[in-house]
Amino acid sequence: MKVQAKFFAAVREAMGADTAAVELPAGATVADFMQHLRAMNPEVAAHLDGVMVAVNRKYVQPEHELHDGDEVALVPPVGGGY
Amino acid sequence: MRKLFEITTEPLSADQVASRLADPAVGALLAFVGVVRGETDGRSVQYLEYEAYPEMAEQEFGRIGDEIRARWPSIRKVAIVHRVGRLEIGEASVVVVLSAAHRPEVFDACRYAIDRLKEIVPIWKKEVWTEGGAEWRSEQR
Repeated sequence: MKVQAKFFAAVREAMGADTAAVELPAGATVADFMQHLRAMNPEVAAHLDGVMVAVNRKYVQPEHELHDGDEVALVPPVGGGY
Repeated sequence: MRKLFEITTEPLSADQVASRLADPAVGALLAFVGVVRGETDGRSVQYLEYEAYPEMAEQEFGRIGDEIRARWPSIRKVAIVHRVGRLEIGEASVVVVLSAAHRPEVFDACRYAIDRLKEIVPIWKKEVWTEGGAEWRSEQR
């Protein structure tokens, strides 16, 4: 199956792209997806601390199972000071 | 009628956002305006670059609005508008406006809106320093 990954802020800069189509085995979870990204681009690993994942615009846990066509966004820590 | 929850690249003002809440039943409007500060941790900031996941940010703004109306039923409307892109010192980055028939609860609700915004809304800022260099900032690390 294929998911559409979205990257923002420091993660986007480390990936050198704001989106990517990622091929994963059927039944893959968010944790598997993260593992795949680390292998794809070791440089991004340094930016994954505290990153939340949103699938189809909802925050999910690492054990959440992905499906073909999902939009998987990496959400680095938010909260810029006002 | 413009959207109550919006990510925009256009300059913001409290008046412009407050006008989206026009309603004859309202007796109190409270606006919070976040502006770009020229200094953080003793470092001089040249400008900020804001980035959002716009579709999800607008959805999360709406969620905050729903949470507020569930918690403070006297709040009539909530508008949250955040600007993205390059912002200069002193420019408004976010405007939150709440309306109610009467005054008491809008202050608590406004504080809640800002606190939640920082917790759950996918918006990031990069500080670009006058002396050179830049960093993505958050309050969580």
